[in-house]
Amino acid sequence: MIAIDERGYYGTFGGAYIPEMLYPNIEALQQQYVEIIQEEAFQKEFHALLKDYVGRPSPLYLAERLSEHYNTNIYLKREDLNHTGAHKINNTIGQILMAKRLGKKRIIAETGAGQHGVATATVCALMGIECIVYMGAIDIERQAPNVSRMKMLGAEVRPANSGSRTLKDATNEAIRDWINNPVDTHYIIGSVVGPHPYPDMVARFQSVISEEMQWQLEEHTGQRNPDVIIACVGGGSNAAGAYYHYLNERDVRLVAVEAAGHGIHSGESAATSVLGTQGIIHGSRTLLMQTDDGQIIEPYSISAGLDYPGIGPLHAHLIHSGRAEAVSVTDKEALASAYFLARKEGIIPALETAHAFSALDKIEYSSSDLIVVCLSGRGDKDLQTYIKHFDQFNTQNIGQ
Amino acid sequence: MNRLDQLFQQKQKDILNIYFTAGFPKLNDTAPLIEALAANGVDLVEIGMPYSDPLADGPTIQDSGQKALSNGMKLSLLFEQIAAVRSKVDIPLVLMGYFNQVMQYGEERFFTRCAEVGVDGLILPDLPIYEYETLYKEMLAKAGLRISFLITPQTSDERIRKIDTLSTGFVYVVSDASITGAKKGISEQQIEYFERINAMKLSSSQLIGFGISNQETFDTACHYANGAIIGSAFIRALNNGKPLEPTVASFVQSIRGGE
Repeated sequence: MIAIDERGYYGTFGGAYIPEMLYPNIEALQQQYVEIIQEEAFQKEFHALLKDYVGRPSPLYLAERLSEHYNTNIYLKREDLNHTGAHKINNTIGQILMAKRLGKKRIIAETGAGQHGVATATVCALMGIECIVYMGAIDIERQAPNVSRMKMLGAEVRPANSGSRTLKDATNEAIRDWINNPVDTHYIIGSVVGPHPYPDMVARFQSVISEEMQWQLEEHTGQRNPDVIIACVGGGSNAAGAYYHYLNERDVRLVAVEAAGHGIHSGESAATSVLGTQGIIHGSRTLLMQTDDGQIIEPYSISAGLDYPGIGPLHAHLIHSGRAEAVSVTDKEALASAYFLARKEGIIPALETAHAFSALDKIEYSSSDLIVVCLSGRGDKDLQTYIKHFDQFNTQNIGQ
Repeated sequence: MNRLDQLFQQKQKDILNIYFTAGFPKLNDTAPLIEALAANGVDLVEIGMPYSDPLADGPTIQDSGQKALSNGMKLSLLFEQIAAVRSKVDIPLVLMGYFNQVMQYGEERFFTRCAEVGVDGLILPDLPIYEYETLYKEMLAKAGLRISFLITPQTSDERIRKIDTLSTGFVYVVSDASITGAKKGISEQQIEYFERINAMKLSSSQLIGFGISNQETFDTACHYANGAIIGSAFIRALNNGKPLEPTVASFVQSIRGGE
């Protein structure tokens, strides 16, 4: 049975390793989050917004040309069609409702590529709540369009200039802001990371993905369970959502796709399950990339959403216990998959999501299998990168 | 006898605890800094183990940690530096750092090594008290090390009692809801909080930290607790590029005043 215990551990991973300054906020969340989420009024408001504002349910689409190519049956869970273009908004809708019930007047968030920042700025605009997004100074430069989107939505984007000035440092800065503003502020974490109860709370909000998959798959095929679910994992929120209702269905294979950057052992990678060891990052005991002296290493991936040095404690547990299989995909392989999917199905995926598609070249399956790939986000934000690598991939002949 | 126990037995007022980051400003400044602090009448030295992701620290201490890491500071070297200075000074030494560093070194191995080189206590702000009690309390006790937990203005009375019971070194009274980094002055609200803690008559000694930066704030803190901890203000003083000994002497003088 895969479940979180009362102290927020999945097996030996999880917990809340936080300085005392954060304790009152975290304790309040720990004590109230399940009860609040289960309230009828909360569920009603959450699902109404998911339906009318986000555009759910997101379609489960049988990708026929892709299936033909791989000689199997591939369904795509179209999170890319959500408002703001990714699964991230499922969580921010849930957390903004949570923040309101906790009486918080100010929202902070961290962002890497900017997708979670945009999703947070969006729900704050929707609710008329002040929003501050921390973003690494380096990411602000390389993800300029998303910075503009957040500003247009009324959020203040604050550069994180500490450490390596990317996602991990933006997260540190958001946590420091919360320490300095413990009373009026709620921190909307963007993934299944951080101290308990965040990994479980975010997974619950994202679990709408697999909840829909169950009945959609039944409509399509007559069976509720797929044989394989494939999702990319940075922190792991879309994967947690896609796996959630299948965690204890042992006949469903869970495939977690990590970014290998320039190659797992190139020194420029984000393949945490291979390169990581047990430790603590952002308040959670999990697998993370670090030196033998316990200094956290800055990871690398072409995808800004996957270059997180840790993974959520749920995924650490799933991989460690053998429940999920981890697959590593390089920058080059992910780019090739993105061009391929565009030509085969007319869908330009986010770079993060493109990694998940490369797993189809790497895992074993049979022609009768039902495979669901979580199409976590759309590729608009990555067009510059795709254009830059066009020639390298002889895109004319791909997907014919 | 543990030097922290000894200190609190002998002294209950005006305890001055100075924090510095190991490996800052220069890699091998650890031992000379400890010697200078001891020679200038500081009561207790808190040595920060520089860390890539120090969640509870403000910009001054973050920067010193980054600098120390780029200077090449490592735990193995820090233990050697402490071992070397231990024969020369009798001042209590406390290591402050984040729990990931301890985990990577190996918890039991870390505690044993601390005891070997003459460390007296630990401050690990992100080690939860439940995990401490169930997993590490005995290991620490076996190594003869003391531990100090933090309380803040938001900590409930019930939890303060619990932390008082678990702290074997002192209770670290965080003066304000904040990360480290000296601010100017102490507010009335903070005074009320200090008075509340004072009235609780805790069994552990209490040192106030965060925002203590000069003689005035030190004196105020000492009025309500057994002493105070100064970090960021000292790090800033070290940043002047001048020789360590006179810098330490004039800094301590500026805090203690002309007593």
